[in-house]
Amino acid sequence: MTASATMLQKRRPHWPRKVGRALLILIAAAFLAVFLVLPLSVVFVEAFRQGIHLYLAAIKQPEALSAIRLTLLVAVISVPLNIVFGVAAAWAVARFEFRGKALLGAFIDLPFSISPVISGLTYVLLFGAQGWFGPWLDAHGVKIIFAVPGLVLATIFITLPFVARELIPLMQAQGSDEEEAARVLGAGGWQMFFRVTLPNIRWALLYGVLLCNARAMGEFGAVSVVSGHIRGLTTTMPLEVEMRYNEYDYVGAFAIASLLALLALLTLAIKTLLEWRYGDEIATRSPAGTSSRGH
Amino acid sequence: MTLELSHLSRRFADADALDDVSLSIAPGEFLALLGPSGSGKTTLLRILAGLDYPDTGSVDLDGQNFLAAQARERKIGLVFQHYALFRHLTVAENVAFGLRVRKRKLRPSKAIITERVDQLLKRVQLDGYGQRYPSQLSGGQRQRVALARALAVEPDLLLLDEPFGALDAQVRVTLRRWLRELHEDLKLTTIFVTHDQEEALELADRIAVMNRGRIEQVGTPEAIYQQPATPFVCEFIGKVNKLPVTLASGRLGAGEWTLDGDPWNGRHTNAVAYVRPEHLALDVPEGQPAWTSRLRHIYLAGSVAHLELYVPSIDHTLEADIAGEDVAKLALQTGADLRVAPRSAVVFAMDKSGDDATVQDRWVWQARNALHV
Repeated sequence: MTASATMLQKRRPHWPRKVGRALLILIAAAFLAVFLVLPLSVVFVEAFRQGIHLYLAAIKQPEALSAIRLTLLVAVISVPLNIVFGVAAAWAVARFEFRGKALLGAFIDLPFSISPVISGLTYVLLFGAQGWFGPWLDAHGVKIIFAVPGLVLATIFITLPFVARELIPLMQAQGSDEEEAARVLGAGGWQMFFRVTLPNIRWALLYGVLLCNARAMGEFGAVSVVSGHIRGLTTTMPLEVEMRYNEYDYVGAFAIASLLALLALLTLAIKTLLEWRYGDEIATRSPAGTSSRGH
Repeated sequence: MTLELSHLSRRFADADALDDVSLSIAPGEFLALLGPSGSGKTTLLRILAGLDYPDTGSVDLDGQNFLAAQARERKIGLVFQHYALFRHLTVAENVAFGLRVRKRKLRPSKAIITERVDQLLKRVQLDGYGQRYPSQLSGGQRQRVALARALAVEPDLLLLDEPFGALDAQVRVTLRRWLRELHEDLKLTTIFVTHDQEEALELADRIAVMNRGRIEQVGTPEAIYQQPATPFVCEFIGKVNKLPVTLASGRLGAGEWTLDGDPWNGRHTNAVAYVRPEHLALDVPEGQPAWTSRLRHIYLAGSVAHLELYVPSIDHTLEADIAGEDVAKLALQTGADLRVAPRSAVVFAMDKSGDDATVQDRWVWQARNALHV
């Protein structure tokens, strides 16, 4: 045996290290299987347990279709509003120095740290029949709590941080040089935004929108408090799942749950694709341009 | 287009970025704003570019209020230190940007834009690179794209922020010469910010030396180098020996060396003399004032030799630069005793000794007797 071959052999992990590595991987895999893959499979197994006809029938019920429509409606309203808020907040934090900037950052994170039930409850206290603005709203015929506007408000609150949190670190890392260059070259504010800012943050924005959307469709706690559970009117998909489950309609519950799960899997797939393809343009990792910017 | 800056002040939260700065910039001039970081030079450039505004003061362009115009209306080309190329656009799209964002009435046709971009890329020696992305270019190439992009809008004023700061030494020198040639071609009023005195001395028609938000001196590179107006300029530009000088029996001097004459007639007893390493004579004949010194080290750096001379009478180590071939001619050896004296110096009268003294007066002094090497 030559000297270099001996060296190589010595560098290889000894058998206890090999075993340790295998053991760790095994534990992680087992954990994932028991706590993630198994429950997720159960959703689909239970949904199809009594055949595809019953599955389809469960989904085609008017209440189910209404829940799907409502969920999509809530998402369609709250996600664009969150894009506007997220971009504006990220812009403010990343581009300007102002008093209370740290406070704004903390407030953006508030929905992450507060229990969703409490956020729902605050809306009831504000806009409910006994709430601060309840009587006034009632007198003017505006219904927020136990109606669609309440669902939208609660969802917006819950999903507030997603877009802003994705954009802030990226925009801080990218700096404002390119935007200033655009301005000096004669671009107006909107031209600068659509030609320079937006292209630079597009993948991170999409990533944030994806997470925001997944949460908007899947939110249970806050929505449950403000919904009032009026079948066919104020029940979103997660609420419908719970109600059917409580009524021992397992096929119906799991059928709708399977739709939500599919949505989650789709989100996961796109998210993974984005991370794999545009990882360097999504926050926290160093953006492509900065590696060459010196300092 | 004469640019008249008067009494510009800009205060940031913790410091004065600009403190009562006035400067006049002539048409076609190549001006360097030279100073250490934090001296306010970049703030001044950003104010001219319309990216920042002074708290007080005015900028006039041929009598018109320049500050009232927005960045996009000023007809300015700005090249950023880190290029700030649009990373999602190709080189050609980067160069075309300033033309494409114009209002429809003023926007050239697609064919004209393409033609202009091709011309500019040729001008910056990057023809054929139009379809690449900035990330596929070297630092020097990116800098030239940034320049082409700035020139595309046909600016009246070209502003460059540390244009060579992020480049390696070799590229820097080449690009510097090339920029100077370009300026001679285009005759475009150009202001560039730099902390590199060599760059400023080599490139600029005039240099404004800045320190702590103020302009210490404005002048030609030669004037800045030969007749520095303040101690800061002496120390910032080039290498320099700093020597405390005192008045003794009617003459200013340090140790055995005395200056011939005293322009202040005894009014100032403390002064500081700044002597450039190449202004030290090494072989001063007897009878003329000079220090006795010991040659401690010889650093032969190619064509130039740096000498380290210790002067016991003032307990000071002087640095002297001579031509490399003179080391052999004078048969210099470490440990040798040499009589040294400045051929010229800039002397500042101070109100007291020590580092916190204030400058009272300046005297650009030349030795009356011609001293050799």
